[in-house]
This record gives sequence, structure tokens and C-alpha cells, in this order.
Amino acid sequence: MKACEHMIQLILFICAIIAVLGVILISYFIINEGYPVIRKVGIWEFISGQKWAPTKEIYGIYPMIAGSLLVTIGALVLGVPIGIGCAIFMAELARPRIVEILKPGIELLAGIPSVIYGLYGLTVIVPFIRKVFNNQGFSVLAGSIVLAVMILPTIINVSESAIRSVPKEYKEASLSLGSSHWQSIKNVIVPAAHSGITAAVILGMGRAIGETMAVIMIAGNSPLVPESLLSPVRTLTGNIGIEMGYASGEHQQALFATGIVLFVFVMLLNIAANLIPKKAGE
Amino acid sequence: MRIRKILAFICAAVLLIGAFTGCAPAETKVPAGNKTEEDGVSGSITMNGSTSVQPLAEELAKVFKDKNPNTTIDIQGGGSGVGIKSAADGVVDIGMSSRDLKPEEKSLKEFKIAVDGIAVIVNPNNKVEDLSTEQIFKIYTGEITDWKEVGGDSGEITVVTREEGSGTRGAFIELTKIESKSEGDRTVASAITQGSTGAVIATIAGDPNAIGYASFGSAKESTGIKMISIDGKACTEENIYSGEYKISRPFLMLTKAEPTGLAKAFLDFILGEEGQTVISGHNYLKAVK
Amino acid sequence: MNELSESSITSGSVNKIRKNEKTAFMFVWAAAAITVLALIVIVGSVLVNGINHLSLEFLTKEPANMGKDGGIFSIIITTVYLALFSLLIAAPIGICAAVFLTEYAKEGLVISLIRFGIETLAGIPSIIFGLFGYVFFVVFLKFRYSMVSGGLTLTFMILPTIIRTAEESVKMVPISYREGSLALGATKWQTIYKVVLPAAIPGILTGVILGIGRVVGETAAVIYTAGSSLGLPDSIWRPGRTMAVHLYILASEGLSKGNMYATATVLIITVLIINFTANRLIKQFVRP
Repeated sequence: MKACEHMIQLILFICAIIAVLGVILISYFIINEGYPVIRKVGIWEFISGQKWAPTKEIYGIYPMIAGSLLVTIGALVLGVPIGIGCAIFMAELARPRIVEILKPGIELLAGIPSVIYGLYGLTVIVPFIRKVFNNQGFSVLAGSIVLAVMILPTIINVSESAIRSVPKEYKEASLSLGSSHWQSIKNVIVPAAHSGITAAVILGMGRAIGETMAVIMIAGNSPLVPESLLSPVRTLTGNIGIEMGYASGEHQQALFATGIVLFVFVMLLNIAANLIPKKAGE
Repeated sequence: MRIRKILAFICAAVLLIGAFTGCAPAETKVPAGNKTEEDGVSGSITMNGSTSVQPLAEELAKVFKDKNPNTTIDIQGGGSGVGIKSAADGVVDIGMSSRDLKPEEKSLKEFKIAVDGIAVIVNPNNKVEDLSTEQIFKIYTGEITDWKEVGGDSGEITVVTREEGSGTRGAFIELTKIESKSEGDRTVASAITQGSTGAVIATIAGDPNAIGYASFGSAKESTGIKMISIDGKACTEENIYSGEYKISRPFLMLTKAEPTGLAKAFLDFILGEEGQTVISGHNYLKAVK
Repeated sequence: MNELSESSITSGSVNKIRKNEKTAFMFVWAAAAITVLALIVIVGSVLVNGINHLSLEFLTKEPANMGKDGGIFSIIITTVYLALFSLLIAAPIGICAAVFLTEYAKEGLVISLIRFGIETLAGIPSIIFGLFGYVFFVVFLKFRYSMVSGGLTLTFMILPTIIRTAEESVKMVPISYREGSLALGATKWQTIYKVVLPAAIPGILTGVILGIGRVVGETAAVIYTAGSSLGLPDSIWRPGRTMAVHLYILASEGLSKGNMYATATVLIITVLIINFTANRLIKQFVRP
């Protein structure tokens, strides 16, 4: 009987570490495949190189890093105010019934596949930009708008959670001292929840940087540092996604190297988000 | 109780799907292309590669399957580069390419099944009807940036190109001299990159200032875009055959080793009378006239 | 605090506070409205354009002409096939992992490592899963483009979701259940197997359903592992095209606007149903 119990415990343990094994396996493969190119080109030259021309053995991913960052920052600029605003609405202003309707709606937003976002961007946003600005439509702006909507659920959920967990006493104290509701929110509650809100923003950033399909469909994919919001752009994920099928040999390794950079970015963001305590007063 | 019902439903669904699709693990693991059948007309193979060749391959597979119902031919896209790489990696049975193989790729077995022109396409609302090779070169390398420089209405030219692994792109930049020996591909970096024949056509159809290039066979059947003539020569079958329309390239089917089984049967079919008739019926040119 | 005492002195300042509050609240309401609007607009635009082309025929016919004509029957089946395949592997592993984490594990280095692994796995971009899946399953293990390659890759992707939800629901089973069972003489495992797990099933099921949702919506990881060929995969070693992949190909190639919107509609409705089911389960069983 005891032996049986131990066996079972072992099996369960193995299941539990499969996630870790998976991460190790994935990291190993990616680093193994990508490292040769990084060593050949030099990590600094790889990251800061402005030209990406694999057929000529030139591997500089700076345009893609810039692209990813620009689109993400654009998404944050649009998404964070709306997200935090919505979170404040749900946590402080709305009647419970409205929150009950809103919450599933936001979960639905989170569950919509990225191709559908890409489709919407392709059929509505890109032509709109094309008409208004008289250019080709595929641009940083298009990417930012769509990504902003995609990261809204993340920002809203974590921010709302953070705001809700601010102890009631803070708010009551503020109100009893004569502040208005909004003043309490602005000067007391939100600052108290600031670490959770920061975590929300960082998680949103991670999501935006990791998005592939929607961006490929609407950003234009030119491997150039974007000159303006209206320029076409290629992100790190887009770089991999577009060329992966046919890249072989060193080119494929360069894509894995791009993957390493992406991986590192996302890992750093995740660690940062996890280090920040999410509840007030921690 | 409701939970048990849901679980039961899921189990039933699994069994149903399994029965439906004849879930047969491990049996068909060996790539069917290497199985030796008596008459090579059963089994399954996978193909991928050039999106220019893909529509044609699907047609050929359809006709082939009508005659050999026990076969499965799965076809995917991805671009010539994908086809070449997948064939070399042994990940598919046949790879499709719409450009000649480079010296380092020559270890693959190649079978030329057709010849195809590359049409230069613009939006139907574009006034321009003809461009010289020189003008195309300048547009694609970024020297000419406005349609009025080549006889059209004023408007910034949106240059559309294919991804680097595309056979169509490879052939195009070679034949228009955009690719030079010393500098390689000089396509302007701000060009919009699209990943397939269809995607290029869709982009041109949606942007009045766009210019792009795509397989003649596909372009001819598409509405929403207009083919322009080059150096006065229209993109037509005769002109491609005669060489007057200069931008054309071969459709190749590639295998890692000498094809056997179903792969061999399919290739024989394509290269034979019947296959070639299908090919010419779809605006592609027969491999051997 | 100085701010407040100063500004509440004059009635003019009180008005200013009220005006600020009104503006601020307007902004907050607008934020919520924009969020809802975004949802309605995106889902709406798909449904509006797609409903016309949707028909029973579309759902039951095979795709033809590279997707330009015909329906999406085999594509729907492939999607279900792939989802079930990944779940049949991910669910047991995930549940076992969750059980281990809640019932057996002692806080310490190993547990932190496992949790870190799960968090990391959850954050990996889908394209990297695609990259990995292609190099490892398709090429290295020679599984080629197949349901197997796709399913195994997706298993890694949805594992964190399943583990998280399973863990939460196992945790919520009252300790009294366990104590009661042990008091009656059952072993630890018997307790878990016969008492705790059955009680946690609704929550676990929610996680499973959310996992299905993720699989159904995934494109980048699927296209490089399960392939994109039309036609029903007649075994797990054959490639196949899922709805999301089909939508992507139709959209980027512009083959058929009608079919594209119709596919998107089916996809969204599927996601809606999945979400709705998961929500109902949560409401009814997990948080009564």
C-alpha cells in the first residue's frame, strides 16, 4: 500500500515538473539553434544592426526591436488610460449589476482569437488609415490600435483586482476627511494600488510584444526602422513568423536568435511583473 | 449529475471523432511516398511550397484523385523557399518551387512541370498600361516614387513585394536586374512584404497606388487587378513562349531522393499527357511544348 | 491633506472640485464605454458580414478550390480533432500537476521552481511555440506536419491554464472533506481520487474548456506544426487545417470575402459558446 502511494506521488511529481521540463526543452532548443549566429555576428551588432538581409548574411534586428517597442508603446498609450479608467469604473463607480454584465464581456474580449483581431484590422482599420492619411495603411498606428484592444482585458483585470483590494479603510478615511469620491480615488486609492496597476501594465506590455498574427496582418512587415506612426513596421514576432517557413541554415539560426531576444524580453517583463507586489500595503 | 452528463458527452464525442476519422496511430507513420505499393495508387503524401504552384497542384491532385480514389494528397503553401527547405528536411514528400534551384540546392531531384509568366499588376483604377523594364527597376529600387513620373496620376507608389523565400520574388528580381551580383537584392526596403501570391493580389486590389508582381496563371484568373505590359509586350501565353515577354520561370516539383510509390505515380501523372493538358487548361504553359 | 483643506475653504473651490469630479467620472465612464464598444464593434462587424454567407451547406460541405468555394466541414472536424487531442494529453498531466502542487508539495525550492516554470510557460509567445514545435516535433522527431506535432505543441501551450484552474478548484475543496475521508480510513490517494477530485471537477472542467478555447483560437503555433492542408486528416499523423488557420489564409490571400467572414463568424460563435459555458460553470459550481 505504501509503495503504491509512493508510486502515485512520483507520478504526480513528474506531471508537475513537465512544465519545467517543457521550459527547459524549449529554451535549450531555441538557444542551441540561435546561439551560433549571435556568436558569429556579435550580440551587440545583432541587436543594433540596422540592416536585415539574410540572403546577404547580414543580420541586424534593430529595426524589428524598434518596431516591437513602437507598436507596444503605442498600444500602451492607447490601452492603459482606457484600461485603468475601465478598472476604476468597475471597482468604484458601477453598480454590481453592471459589473456582472461587464465582466463576461471583458473575458470575451480576452478570448477572441488574434486572427479575428487581425481580420478586423485588415478590413476596417487599415483601409481607414489609408483613406484618412492617404498612404498604404499598413502602419505602426494600425498595429497599436489593434494591440491596444487586445491588451485591454489584461490591464483591466489586474488593475481592477488591485483597486478592489485596497483596504476599505483607506477610502473611508479619505471620505471622512472631506474629499469627494473622485479625490479619494485619485489621491488615495489609485496610488495605493499603484503596484498592482504597474504589474498590469507590464503584463499588458508582455502580451503586446508577444503577439504575432494580428500584427503580421496589418503592420506591413517592411524591415525598416519606422520613421513615423504611419510607416510600415516589422516586429520581432513578425520577423520570425514571416520568414520561418523557408529559412534554412544560417538564416534559420538567425530567426532563432531573434527568438532568443524575444524570449529574454518577455521573461524580463514577466519577472518584473511578478516581483511587484500586487496588493496595497505589501 | 450534470457533470457526469457533460463528461459522458465529451467521451462520446471523442469516440465519434475517432471512429469518423479512422484514428489509426502509428500505422501510417511511415511516409506513404516511401511505401512500395503494387501499383502505387493508394496511400498518402504531403506537399508544400510555392503559392504560385499551389493552385495548379491542387487542380492536378483533384484530377488524379478522381482516377485513384484511395489516395490522399495534402497540399500546403508557404512559398518556394518553404518547399525547397521542407523537401530537403524530409518533412514533405514533394516540395514545390517557382524558381530554379540555386547551386547549393541542387542535391534535390527536380521535375519541371510547367512554365509560368510573372505578371506585373496594378490596381484597375491606375491609368498606367505599360512600363519599361527600366521603369520597373527604378520603381522597385526606389528611384521613381510617384506614379506621375511614369505617366499616371499623381500618387505615391506603394511597392509590394514577396517575402525573401519566394520563388516568384527570386525570379522577378533576377530577370529585372533588381538583383545584382555585387549588391544582391536591391528592392527598396520600404516595400510592403506579403507572404503569398494571393496576398499580393489582395493588396493591389485594395490600394489604387500599389504595384506588385504575381504568377501569370493566378493573375489572369483574378478580378480586381490589372496586368500591365512590359516594354510593349503584354503578358500572354504566346509572348511567354516566344520569349517576347521576358519575365517567366519554371514550376518545379522537388523530392529529396528518387520518388517512389504514390509520389512517383503522381509525378508521372503530372508529366504525362493528362497532367500537361490540365496545366495548359489553367493558363500555365506546358513544360515541354 | 493640505490640498484638501485648502480647496474646501471657499465655495468656488468646492464647485471646482465638483467640476473636476464630473469630468473625471465622464472620462471613466467613457473608458468603460469604449471597452464595451470595442467588443461590440469587432464581434459585430464579423457577424454582420458573415451571417449572410453562413448556411447549413457551408458547415457541411468540404472546402473546394483552395478555400475559394465550398464550405468548412473538414476544417471544423480538424479543429475539434486537434483540440481533443491536445486536451486528452494536457488535462491528465495538468490535473496531476495541480494535485501534486496542492496536496503533496512542501513549500521550498522545488515548488518555487515548478511555479516559475508554469509562469514562464504561460508567458511564452505563441510564435516561439510554433518555432519550437516545428524544429522539435516536425523535423527532429520526424513527426512531420501532423495532428501529433500540433497536438503536442498545443499541450505545452495550454498546460499552464489547466494547471492554474485545476489548482484553484482543488484548493477550494473544503478541508473537512479530506479529513472526513481520512478519518474513515482511506489513504491519501484514495481521498484525492474519490473525494477531492470529484468535488473539484466543475472547476477543472472550466480550465479544460478554457484550454479548448485557446486551442481553437491559436494560429501561429498550429500553422507550423499541424500544417495547413485542406482535407480531413485520416489519422493523427496527417496534417490538417483548423478554423483559425483557414481564416488567416483566406484573409491574407483574399480568396473569398464571403467565406472569410463566414469562417470568422463560425470561429467567433464557437468562442462565444466556449466562453459562455465556462462562465456558467464557474457561476454555478465554483462560486455559488
